[in-house]
Amino acid sequence: MAKAKDTVSRTLMVALVLSIVFSVVVSTAAVMLRPAQIQNQNLDIKTNILSAAGMLEPGMTVEDIEESFARFDVRLVDLETGEFVEPSAVGVEDPMKYDMYKAASDPGMSTNIPSSEDKAGIKRRPDVAKIYVLQEDDEMVRVVLPIHGYGLWSTLYGFVSLEGDLNTIEGLGFYAHAETPGLGGEVDNPRWKQQWVGKELYGEDASEPQIQLVKGGVSSDARDREHKVDALSGATLTSRGVEQLVNYWMGDRGFAPFLQKLREGEV
Amino acid sequence: MAGASAKQVLFEPIFSNNPIALQILGICSALAVTTSLSVTIVMCMAVIAVTGFSNLAVSLVRTQIPGSIRIIVQMTIIASLVIVVDQILKAYAYEISKQLSVFVGLIITNCIVMGRAEGFAMNNPPLLSFLDGIGNGLGYSVMLLFVAFFRELIGAGSLFGFTLLPTVNEGGWYVPNGLLLLPPSAFFIIGLAIWGLRAWKPEQVEEPDFKMSRHKAKEAF
Repeated sequence: MAKAKDTVSRTLMVALVLSIVFSVVVSTAAVMLRPAQIQNQNLDIKTNILSAAGMLEPGMTVEDIEESFARFDVRLVDLETGEFVEPSAVGVEDPMKYDMYKAASDPGMSTNIPSSEDKAGIKRRPDVAKIYVLQEDDEMVRVVLPIHGYGLWSTLYGFVSLEGDLNTIEGLGFYAHAETPGLGGEVDNPRWKQQWVGKELYGEDASEPQIQLVKGGVSSDARDREHKVDALSGATLTSRGVEQLVNYWMGDRGFAPFLQKLREGEV
Repeated sequence: MAGASAKQVLFEPIFSNNPIALQILGICSALAVTTSLSVTIVMCMAVIAVTGFSNLAVSLVRTQIPGSIRIIVQMTIIASLVIVVDQILKAYAYEISKQLSVFVGLIITNCIVMGRAEGFAMNNPPLLSFLDGIGNGLGYSVMLLFVAFFRELIGAGSLFGFTLLPTVNEGGWYVPNGLLLLPPSAFFIIGLAIWGLRAWKPEQVEEPDFKMSRHKAKEAF
């Protein structure tokens, strides 16, 4: 018996049958669960955008989230020129389908960042970014911009939401990161995130963001307190990463040209 | 192990033959996923499902598997099951699957799964193998929950995300011990647990591999 099952043909046969059976099992699972997974991913991103914009309330159902999110216009922006581009320029019909993080690894759709300028530690920047604009009665109320950059262990992905003056921060949050739980992971702490509300990105010069994460808290009479946020205790490198990635994305290599044009009403 | 009863294979791995405490298998994921209890529970259920069904599947085809490719066959079965579990988590428990991230995929390399498939399921009937898989998964879970209980309570002042000790960050009085949130702390807890377990069940204490000889030569005096 033992000899019979060890022949070459038998071995090949077993390997073949096994591979076929399990590839069917795996692909069936993947195909059948795909719609539910995509729905989860989309819902997750929408939830994070609403959360950064301060529009997420506890107990919102899936329908509520979809409805709130539908008030946003999804737009694509060319970071170099700071102008809106049509979805067809990046080869999609629906701007929601454009994935700027995937584009960042495509040489044709992204730019290499020289290491001297790469404050956020991201190496490549997509040429076109996906942003979310909320308009009420033809007036810009809120703009939600994607940000990402390196912390201590991982790339942090998040959103920053700006008020209609395109300077005051309305909220900031990260939806994906792998910083140390309890230390750098406190970027998710609602109390810490609350500090960002009302901070101002720019001083006199509207292309040079001034955000600083400072140790020991920000007292109510500190100089430049409108640009300062208390750093996370025990997470120096995560805090530095957050400071630099916010300043990178709000600077002239990031969204500053776009925000400038938007403020002047040119786009 | 031949002739073991169903009850034995199911319950022995929990304390008497715990895969983590006695066999010292599966330590890697025990360090990684034990910072909070709710994440740990999902990981445990995933591991129980994979050990149970991989043992069942391996045992069902055990008479057909040629000896020369048996490890690869086991690996294929385990890997497929892990992918299916990962897909299910992504579809129905998205938040937690995001926190578990790669560790669900890494169940493939969890020594417990492979160890039970090769060590038990290859020589035992399907039902018994299935129970053995579930039992070892439970043994793994007991240990993980024990570790996670202390890590979450002392490291974050909460259990299942429900605050018991209000931390200073939230305006309370408890200064959390950040070390407990870092992976090395799990080593301390597992070490203490093994110590406790072996004090309770002295038959688990291993014979020392060698004895140190008495120090005779007088040096550095």
